[in-house]
Amino acid sequence: MARAILFLATLVLASSAHADGGRYEVLGDEIPKPLTDQPGDPARGRAIVVDRRKGLCLLCHSGPFPEERFQGDLAPSLEGAGDRNTPGALRLRLVDSRRVNTDTIMPPYFETTGLHRVAPEFRDKTILNAQEIEDVIAFLATLKTTGGSR
Amino acid sequence: MSASTQAMQRDDVQNPGMLAAGQGEALWNAQPPGGGQSCASCHGDATASMKGVAARYPAFDEATRRPIDLQDRIRACNARRPGAPDMPHESEELVALSAYVGLQSRGTPTAPDPDPRLAPFRARGQALFERPIGQLNLSCAACHDARAGGRLAGALIPQGHPNGYPLYRLEWQGMGSLQRRLRNCMTGVRAEAPPFGAPDFVELELYLQSRAAPLAVETPAVRP
Ligand code: HEC
Ligand code: HEC
Repeated sequence: MARAILFLATLVLASSAHADGGRYEVLGDEIPKPLTDQPGDPARGRAIVVDRRKGLCLLCHSGPFPEERFQGDLAPSLEGAGDRNTPGALRLRLVDSRRVNTDTIMPPYFETTGLHRVAPEFRDKTILNAQEIEDVIAFLATLKTTGGSR
Repeated sequence: MSASTQAMQRDDVQNPGMLAAGQGEALWNAQPPGGGQSCASCHGDATASMKGVAARYPAFDEATRRPIDLQDRIRACNARRPGAPDMPHESEELVALSAYVGLQSRGTPTAPDPDPRLAPFRARGQALFERPIGQLNLSCAACHDARAGGRLAGALIPQGHPNGYPLYRLEWQGMGSLQRRLRNCMTGVRAEAPPFGAPDFVELELYLQSRAAPLAVETPAVRP
């Protein structure tokens, strides 16, 4: 019995440590602290944003990606996202947009709670991992309409 | 839908769904391999007896006291024929027979069954339609109510009407049922799709039908 309880406790610990989501602190409209020690890489972030199976961003958003033919029109353009949002605000929107707008259609990229009927292969997994989130933020931060980083 | 896809649907010679309907007509009149009764031996000429039927389905099924859709009605009839092999969901035979029966309602306005016993099932279908699901946390309504006409990457989001099924999809290079389409939408948002024939599907179909009424049946339609 005691062994069974211990075993269960380890399982719970292991699974909460395994789940990638949930390890962040929200302050106001931001998650000010990066999710990883390693700074984000904008080039890798761009690749994630345009990847329709990974980032999925262009399903809904358009942006300054002249080589991408089919871009969605269900969300604001990502052009200038780095002007409108601090890195901490971008982080909150990527991690869990429901925190900003409860009716949002933007998927929660780093949260696994409050979801229903998730397919088994995606259950308890976040859409992006912590480093990928930081990479995307580093890239979005370069999207300025002023100062031209493109 | 593009003009060329619409034209393909309108012209029976070009519409690849008509091949399936033709195959369904042959099945309607044929004895099953075991030598039992044909559909026609009970129902006669489908062009008369099946006229308008698909426009009313799903309907209330007295035997199970639940809604039943056209495909499961055909499967239930088939199962009562001695010697007839099972007709699984999405099998060529079932899709062909549903296309043929559906064709007999082409042009008939969708007319939901007013049986009050269906109301709770329809309400459940609506709840399923409106609830966000899957890892991407999107509801059917998010796309088909609020954003129909918008672009999901390259795809034009339709209103999500069921009145053309079963239909020919160029992307599938073949025919498919409404449930096949619903499974595509569900797996697209990384949700777990119930198995074919599950109560969830029939309840969703029931709600989709009331949402689409009085649009005319278009079976067999053509989609990109
Ligand atoms: C299914 C639709 C959808 C997907 C996929 C999606 N978004 Fe969004 N996003 C939205 C919508 C809609 C908004 C507008 C705010 C709202 O409704 O929450 C938004 C808002 C934003 C904003 C803040 C608006 C601004 O420009 O100031 C950023 C930044 C953003 N998204 C980035 C991304 C990135 C990066 C990805 C992919 C990793 C992504 N989104 C994927 C729908 C989506
Ligand atoms: C993220 C957006 C999205 C979500 C969520 C979604 N769908 Fe769809 N749905 C589409 C798109 C896009 C198509 C058209 C596919 C194409 O033509 O390539 C479609 C097609 C359909 C069709 C076929 C319409 C026709 O004219 O053939 C039906 C019915 C449908 N969806 C119902 C549903 C239901 C029910 C749900 C929820 C279980 C759902 N959809 C969820 C985007 C979505």
